[in-house]
Order: sequence, then C-alpha cells, then structure tokens
Amino acid sequence: MNHRASNRAQIRMLPDGRRLHMHDGPIDVIVEAFGAASEVEVAYRAAADRFVGILDELCGELEFLRRPACEDGDLPSGAIARRMVAAVRPYASQIFITPMAAVAGAVAEEILEVMTSAAKLSRAYVNDGGDIALHLAPGEKFVVGMVERPDRASLFGTTTIKSGDPIRGIATSGWRGRSFSLGIADAVTVLADNAAMADAAATVVANAVDLPGHSRVERVRACDLAPDSDLGERLVTQSVEKLTKGEIREALEVGIRVAESLCGSGPVRAAALNLQGETRIVVPVETRIAPSPSAATRVGSPVHA
Amino acid sequence: MADDAIRCDACPVLCYIKPGRTGACDRYANADGQLVRLDPHVVLERAVSRGDTLVPFLEKSRDWDGALLSGEETFVTAIGAGTTYPDYKPAPFIISSEVAGVDMVTVVTEGIFSYCGVKLKIDTDRHLGAECSTVRAQGEAVGHVTTNEYGSQMLSLGGVRHLTGGSRHEGTATCDALLNLCNRQAVELKIDDGATVIVQADKAPIVDGVQEERMRVGCGSATIGMFAKQWFGKVDEVVVVDDHITGVLSEHQAGKLLGVPESGIALKGRRSTPGRYFRVAEPGTSWGGTNIDDPLSILGPFDGKIARHGLRLLMVSTTGEHHAYFELDESLHPVEKELPAALRESVERIRENCEPALCTVLFMGGAGGSLRAGVTENPVKLTHSVRDALTRVTCGGAPVYVWPGGGITIMADVSRMPENAFGYVPTPALVAPIEFTLKLSDYATLGGYMDHVRPLSSITSINRDEESHRRLTARPDNPWPMASEKSGK
Repeated sequence: MNHRASNRAQIRMLPDGRRLHMHDGPIDVIVEAFGAASEVEVAYRAAADRFVGILDELCGELEFLRRPACEDGDLPSGAIARRMVAAVRPYASQIFITPMAAVAGAVAEEILEVMTSAAKLSRAYVNDGGDIALHLAPGEKFVVGMVERPDRASLFGTTTIKSGDPIRGIATSGWRGRSFSLGIADAVTVLADNAAMADAAATVVANAVDLPGHSRVERVRACDLAPDSDLGERLVTQSVEKLTKGEIREALEVGIRVAESLCGSGPVRAAALNLQGETRIVVPVETRIAPSPSAATRVGSPVHA
Repeated sequence: MADDAIRCDACPVLCYIKPGRTGACDRYANADGQLVRLDPHVVLERAVSRGDTLVPFLEKSRDWDGALLSGEETFVTAIGAGTTYPDYKPAPFIISSEVAGVDMVTVVTEGIFSYCGVKLKIDTDRHLGAECSTVRAQGEAVGHVTTNEYGSQMLSLGGVRHLTGGSRHEGTATCDALLNLCNRQAVELKIDDGATVIVQADKAPIVDGVQEERMRVGCGSATIGMFAKQWFGKVDEVVVVDDHITGVLSEHQAGKLLGVPESGIALKGRRSTPGRYFRVAEPGTSWGGTNIDDPLSILGPFDGKIARHGLRLLMVSTTGEHHAYFELDESLHPVEKELPAALRESVERIRENCEPALCTVLFMGGAGGSLRAGVTENPVKLTHSVRDALTRVTCGGAPVYVWPGGGITIMADVSRMPENAFGYVPTPALVAPIEFTLKLSDYATLGGYMDHVRPLSSITSINRDEESHRRLTARPDNPWPMASEKSGK
C-alpha cells in the first residue's frame, strides 16, 4: 500500500531552495522551517516521511470521516482523523458538520508536529492549501498578512503572532475557495490554538455568513456537483451577485454572532469576516490586528493566509 | 452511480466525478465520460541552459535525501494548457513563481488564432513563382508568393481570408498546411505557374523534386568580385550565371583591376554596368535560378577580332552547384573539357561559402481581445503592458517579435518551440501556445485574475505522471522567459 503512496506522492523543494512542497491527490502542502540548516534538513525529512502515508491513512477511514460528527461515540484510528474529529466535535450537537471540515488543518498540524518533534526549530509553518499550522520557539514571532479578497492582492491587515500568544493555527474558508461552502462569505479567516480547530471554526463561521433563500445567491445541491460530497443534498454556494449594503451587513451579523460565541468560549482567538468588500473583525481584547499601513505592503514573512 | 458520473482511480480518494466537473484535487476531470488530466503540460527546465546538470524529479519520495533541490527553474508553457474558448473565463493556468525575489506570474493559455498564418523563408535561388502568385496545398489556395530576398524566396501562407473567408475546403486545407508547418512537418506547396516545393522547418527545400543544398554566396557579380583573384592566371574568362545579375570576369571591375584582357565573349541579356547582366535567361530552377540547362545558351558567338583559339572559359552558378569548363576551338566554338584541378578548388570554394539552404517557418498571429480577456478583466491593459515591456510574451517558451502598433501581433520561429506545439479547432483556426509573463504586482495592477493564480509547484509537482506533462530542457539559444531583462527588443 505504501508502495503505491510513495510512487504517487510528490515531494520536492520549491525553486527558492527554502520551502518544501509536498503533493498527493488533493493534498497540497508548503512547508518552511527556520533554524540551523542541519535541523531544517532533519525536519524536512521527517515531514516527507510522514507525508507519504497520509492520503492512504485518511482514505482508509474516509467513509467514517464523511459522516456527521457526534459529541461522543467511536473514534477513528488514525492520528490525523482523531485531530479532525476533536476539532469538529464541539459543534456536533448544534449543527451539521463532518470531520472533513477540519481535514486540511489536521494534516498541517500533524506534519508540523513530526517536524518539531524531530528537530529544533526556531519557527516553522505548514500551509495546507491556506490552512496553516505554526510553530514558534520562545521569543519568536510571525507576521501574518490577510487578504481581503483573493482576487485583489491587497492586505487589509496584518497581525503579529508572538510565541507568548496561544495562536498556532490559521485557516480560511469561503465560497470562492476550493471546498464547498454553505454560506456566502468571500473569506473567513480564523486564528486559533491549532490548525485543525482554526479550519473547523473557519468553516462554521463562513457557513453562518448567509442570506438563506436569497435570489441573488446561486446554490446547487452538493451531490449534483460531486456525488460523494459529505454535504449530500445540502445547497452549496456557486455564485453571489452584488448585494446591497444592508444585505451585506445582515449576512455578516449572523457570522459575527457565531464568531463571537466561539471566541468567547473556545480555542478560537480571532476571526476576520469578508463579504463583498466589507470586513468585520472579531477579536477578544488580548489579540491585536493592526490596520495595514499600506494596502500594497507585503509582510516580511510570507505566510499565505 | 447514475448520470454519467465516473470514478477516478488516480488516488485513493476515488472521487465520483460528474461530467464537466473535476475531482477533489482539481486535476482530474470527467470530460464526456472520459477521465482526463486537466494539465498535459509542457514544462521547460532551465537547468541545462545554464550549464547545470539536470536535477531529476523524485520518482519516489523515499528517495529524497533531504538535500535542497534548488538547481532547477521551471517555466510552464501554454502547450497543452487548454483554452478558455470562448474566452470569458480566466486563462486555464495562471502560475506564480518567485523569480529573484519578485513574485512573477505567467498566464498560460492556448490561444485560438483565426487571424494567423506563417511566413516562409525558403533558401533558394531557383525561381519558385512570380510575386503575388497563388500558393496551393491540396489544390486549394492557401497563400501567395511575396518578395524575393537575398538568396531566399518568401511565401506568406494562411491568414483569415484563406482560413475562414473562402470555401470550407480552402479553410481546411489552409489550416492543415499551417498546422503541419508549425509542427515542423513537411508540406507540399504548388505555386501557380511556378514550382512545386516541399517545405519543412529547418530542412532544405525540395524544389520540383530536387533538394536544394546551398544558398548562393552572392549574386553573379558579387561572386566575380569575391573570387577574381583566385581565378586570375588559371582561366581566361569566367561567367557566373545568376538569374538576377550574371557576372563576367573580363568586363567586371574586379577583372579590370587585375588586368584580365578582353575575351570577345558576348552575353545575352541586358547589360547593366560593365560585366553585369540582367536577364540572361528566364527564371527557373536550374543554373543559378535560371531556366537553362545548357550554359552556352546564354552566350552569343565570340568576337572573332578578340577571341582566340584555346581561350579557357569557366561557367559556374552562384552556388557552385553547376559548373562547366570550355576551351575555344579553331573556329572559336567553346568545347567542353574536364575541369582542371586548379579551378576545381575555386568552384569548391564557392560551394563552401554557400550556407546550407533551409526553410524557416515563422508563426504569425494576433492575440484578439477575447484571448487577452482570459488574462485580464481589462484586455487593453494587457496590450499596454506588453508595449511597455512589463509583460513578456512567449510562444511555447520561445521568444516572439511583437509588432509595433496596436494589438498584440506576434511572430515566432517554430523551430525554437517544443515539438508539436500547435493544434487546431474545426473553425478552422490554429491553436497556438502563448504565455504572458509579468510581475505579480503588475498583474494585479492590470486587473489580473488574482484568485486564479496558482503556484508553479501545483503544476510541476505532478510531473511524475508522464502523460500529464512533458518536461523539456529549455533551448540554450532561447532567452529564459523569466529572465530579468525587460524584453528581447
């Protein structure tokens, strides 16, 4: 089985010589580690070794992972699958959610963990298609830029994540992204204690930003697009026409309430919600998101949120 | 599973994919019930062009030794990228890669060119046909003869009038000829009231069944000038036969300077200046691009007052390909004799100095507004960006000449492009690769589809599957498409 995976997975350095790129089926991960060269090498080797088995491991339990989560019950056997389940369980009693909502974040988190266990790194990030797991040694920090809309290359803000902050995961969700969304947010970015939790929370908040039944939103049953989608017959957003200011505010309000409840209670530390150029930021007091000094300025550390 | 969904077995996710949709990876799709790769891509690697050794792609991740593989740089060409016809969608591949610390974007698409054709340069002195004569392929008009250039005949084939303005069969024959020429295949062309020529990029033309070998080193007059010294003393008279200007040694300035005495020779044709004759014969595919097989047919009787018994005469074509040696008999008639060794050398020298005759095929096409709209929401901005040399245009990674003036009209040497870079659609029109490379920030400024920009790695990471894309080494004679010089102008 591994034979097949090791033939299938692609692992290489990007041309910049710094970042490691790993790809297998739908998983696409970019890794960058900072520290002594020898430590970085050890970390990349550990990441590569772990990576080759991941897709087979997840697919072995895919049926389970595509079923709605429940608060208690059986746990899957794989480490990543367990991270997925743990990340979505808090929502299971209130909404429809499957462990797949946290798959990208859980993969990022797992790879980060094998890297930091294997080597001494000052900083590292694992970016799985926009869902990012972070490592920060004491005294280190990451500057993270946030993009208002992915088709407009301007940062609406940056945030500095310091080693003393609890944040170790960043995730973004929205209907413009690769996965299906039940909501209409262009992008919801969540900072949380780990990547799997950020991933699940971003999905939940992005789904909540919505105008149910609105005529300017085109929706299609998920199963009509992808017969084996975990979302089944639920309607997923295909396009959103221009909304009025009032409608944008109304849709964002619902998302903000959900985001606030998550920030207050759990591992979610901040959320930024975007809909048609309107941005709302939900921040508990201790987190700072600074307005960008210049919208075109690139951040020092290119963590692509 | 009903309704034509197919199961993709490329990876263990085993997606069911509906017609027209992609799987979870966005790389495999259901095209009318067939599982297809979306990205059968030609990827150029720069490594060898810089003298580095090629870093092979990892076949298996387990073979990875942890070393940093930073030696290669990759440029994704548009060949096999697919098109966005009718072009209201963003180009199928918008790829970002970091070049010297600047994020670069290459917008890769295969353009459908209704306005396109090829410019053919056929190295030959033989007469292929009169200017403006119709050039035919499969009996259909596909182009015309244009100018005669130095040692070459130019043809212009294709263009929208032949492609879509004439009969269905004319369009199909034109498209077929263009496609084959651009893909470096041989095509037989018949010129009205002229020659039949087999043309293939980078190969010698075959004119009326005879393969051309050499380009002439100069016109007949120039050849006299170049070789006069080598002939002096070894022969009494030399005629260099040329359809354009036939040269005569004893009358030519070069002969006069050496003190070559008059020979009493009489050339047919119209004398231009001393020793230079126009139209000694009709154009053709024989001696020096004339229609003569017997060189003596361009001579009148020798002047009995000047010519003498035993006078040695060399007649040679501008390429050295045809030659004959004569001596005058008692009645001053030229009698053919074997070429003396001393003269053989000069004939060889002429031949040596004639470069190999080749056909060169330049693809020419105009990127229409809709193709440009696949790159940016505001197509004219792309034109301006190309004009301002902020955006580099390439065809399959090969450099292009961008015509000045409006629009984006380009010419590219098909020999510098990867093999089989062209395709067609039944319109008929040619499908040609075209890439626009620019800084990411410039791309954003000109209204680019930023949400469709994807990292280079997302293309190249799947290279293990040979069907998905071809990795080629960039030609060392092509400038690297992402090099920092602004443009090739």
